[in-house]
Amino acid sequence: MPSYQLKVNGETQTVEVGEDTPILWILRDHMDLVGTKFGCGIGQCGACTIHLDGNAVRSCSLTVAQVEGKSITTIEGLSADASHPVQKAWKEVDVPQCGYCQAGQIMTASAFLEKNANPTSEEIKSAMHGNICRCAAYTRIHKAVETAANNMG
Amino acid sequence: MSTSSKLTFSRRGFIRTSSLASGGLLIGFNLFTACSPKAKPPVDISQLDFNDFNAFIKIADNGAVTIFSPNPEIGQGVKTSMPMLIAEELDVAWNNVYVQQGILDTKNYTRQVAGGSQSIRFGWEPLRQTGATARQMLVNAAAKKWGVDPSECTTHEGVITNAAGKKLGYGDVVKEAAQMEVPENVVLKNPEDFKIINTDVKNVDIDKIISGQSLFGMDYKKEGMVYAASLRPPAFGQKLESFDDAETRNMAGVLDVIKFGNKIAVLATDTWSAMKGKNALKAVWTEDTKLESTADHDKILTDLLNGNKVETLRKDGDIKMAFAAADKIVERTYHSPFLPHNCMEPMNFFADVTEEKIHLVGPIQTPERTAQNVAELLDRDVDQIHLEMTRMGGGFGRRLYGDFVLEAAEISHLAKKPVKLVFSREDDMMDGIYRPAIKYRIKAAIKDGQITAYHLKEAAINTNMYGLIPNFFPAGAIENYQVDVANYQSNITTGAWRAPYTNFLAFAEQSFFDELAETMEVDRVQMRLDLLQKVKGTTDDRIQYSPERMEEVIKVAVEKSGWGKKETGIYQGFAAYYCHNTHVAEVADVQVEDGVPVVKKVSCVVDCGIVVNPLGALNQIEGGIIDGIGHAMYGDFGFEEGKPIANNFDRYRLIRMREVPAIETHFIQNDLSPTGLGEPALPPAGAAIANAFKAATGNRLTQQPFVKNPDMLRVPEKEIIG
Repeated sequence: MPSYQLKVNGETQTVEVGEDTPILWILRDHMDLVGTKFGCGIGQCGACTIHLDGNAVRSCSLTVAQVEGKSITTIEGLSADASHPVQKAWKEVDVPQCGYCQAGQIMTASAFLEKNANPTSEEIKSAMHGNICRCAAYTRIHKAVETAANNMG
Repeated sequence: MSTSSKLTFSRRGFIRTSSLASGGLLIGFNLFTACSPKAKPPVDISQLDFNDFNAFIKIADNGAVTIFSPNPEIGQGVKTSMPMLIAEELDVAWNNVYVQQGILDTKNYTRQVAGGSQSIRFGWEPLRQTGATARQMLVNAAAKKWGVDPSECTTHEGVITNAAGKKLGYGDVVKEAAQMEVPENVVLKNPEDFKIINTDVKNVDIDKIISGQSLFGMDYKKEGMVYAASLRPPAFGQKLESFDDAETRNMAGVLDVIKFGNKIAVLATDTWSAMKGKNALKAVWTEDTKLESTADHDKILTDLLNGNKVETLRKDGDIKMAFAAADKIVERTYHSPFLPHNCMEPMNFFADVTEEKIHLVGPIQTPERTAQNVAELLDRDVDQIHLEMTRMGGGFGRRLYGDFVLEAAEISHLAKKPVKLVFSREDDMMDGIYRPAIKYRIKAAIKDGQITAYHLKEAAINTNMYGLIPNFFPAGAIENYQVDVANYQSNITTGAWRAPYTNFLAFAEQSFFDELAETMEVDRVQMRLDLLQKVKGTTDDRIQYSPERMEEVIKVAVEKSGWGKKETGIYQGFAAYYCHNTHVAEVADVQVEDGVPVVKKVSCVVDCGIVVNPLGALNQIEGGIIDGIGHAMYGDFGFEEGKPIANNFDRYRLIRMREVPAIETHFIQNDLSPTGLGEPALPPAGAAIANAFKAATGNRLTQQPFVKNPDMLRVPEKEIIG
């Protein structure tokens, strides 16, 4: 089994897995970082969103070989104490219903606001369109992204 | 038997107390005794521990309050709102309360269930009584200490004060309180004195959710656990003939391959290896029972609607005579597909079956029934089962069915290992317990400007509407009224899906009323109000809805939505519906963009009695409306030779952010007991938008999903030009 060095949430760890193993399952099963969620396995729902060198990507569709040497941030590493403005906005607005998709939503929103600090409503909708919320808490997701943008500005 | 404890029985739902070994007071209440006549209290009080209750409070010597929430949490918010009811009457500050999910107690109790939007409705009285009883015991203990009458004492946020101004914290008297008689007939607060109920309280798990902590069944791990993925027949009606697992067994991480029934489980060291191993299995499937297709179902259901083999669920007057005497008859047939639930967290469960016990952990809406089924399957005593409920990544009815728990238990039993069974999205969508495909035919007679007959006919796969539905609106409002149902038994598994039956029936009926009003050339809203007048003062106790409450939500919706007063270019659609004991009216605003009607806003008025947690309630209403719009617009699912036509989100469309309208919700303020919230906003949404689309395009939609007929979702060419 090949060995890979992965930089996750600022720490470098070595894992021995097959080269086609999606980073999602390495995070969840090998590193015990279960905040990143499995939803569809084909990059369609966004529940597994992480940051790769600051960009929001679908961890279910990226293999370990594709991410070696890059910097990975998961929901657990977004902040030490849930103090990231997006996390705080999610709490302030009380977004979740079941809560399962929310880590992915937060990772998409935080990468987006990093690049567009002052988005329009339409830009927020487009940025968040790739993340499914089956409970359809979309109204609050939208409001929380707006709130975070205001608090960050 | 310990002398420091006391066992008393008050009311049918007995309350018991016990002093804890660690100090403190435990008070428990069997919430649902009334549902379980077999429930018996344990005789030996010393054997009592907190597992004996399905709702209870623990107060420690230091005054810390823990409230155990009895019912499964699927996103409907009961893990927050049920403890709020206890805390209100206990009179403690919400931010000093720690909420913990209760575990399943299979010994005595039933209705530890999430489903039917009933948790708060059933919990309203007993949960508040539990809190009030505990509060009274604490007050009695303090009064005894002070040598005063309990009536001289007041409480505020966990502190008892007497007439002389002396104060004692709950923690100071908790030992004494545990030895007090359990008071009967405690007085509950008047709604105007509520301090926690009807205030915005955030989701109790919010911090864990936003920081990605382990919370869901999918996240659960235990030492020595292996992962399992199951290969099941790809089509309904197939069985396993033979299989070749040579490639799978050679794969890294794969530990074992186990055949059970018509399925094959691959056990591996991690989820990915289990899924990969499963995909490498080469199985041969043969036809066991008929392989059914959506085209077959369409014909079968249409034949049932045309035929006379029906069961009559309600019959008032004589519809036959009324139709014969009618000036005009309106008839319309409505079509719906099967629907998968698509919980974001795919089905999964942990099972550790050993000779001594069975340990089950995961997301399940029906823990008790499932534990019993596992006991039966493995021929074990249900007392050997310890079931822990995790937070659920959605339910929508899917997790009422414990098929995946049984599977996990069987695999663990055969493998003799602790096993975590995980469904892929494809497994989840292809091995569902679907919302059945249903067709409705509605026929009404009009005579002298009045609706004189109403005939509702249902043709469904496997099961028909439950018994209360025929007594929903317009039952009681039309003299000659009949509801007939018929079904076809299919080998495709079906079950409850958020707002069972009404999720589509509301669309059919509320679209039909729109059409009726058009035909009769009367105001759509006034027609409904006129019908409701006829139900007021009814002596028919089968009628489920309240005409007065329905009238109010309709009138407020008219006012709040600006119904009939919108500027040119905005088309409105109206729907009002009662289900899950809640009355809802919705108005959709649609605008035409590039010839296509787009939903811009939904105004919603809800009467669910007292709103326990407005912050959570609003989320449920908004989610329900968007979910209703999403499935009416896009939800398409069917079968080709027994095989589902979609298996993941690339081919199954769920509503997404850009398709979401603005939503404005208004709750009717009253002091009536709270009713369901998780489901009732969904059913009217499809009709509200379809009626608005009709206003915008002239096209009457009768088939879901609407995108299936794109031509119907366009304004006809000539109108754009003209």
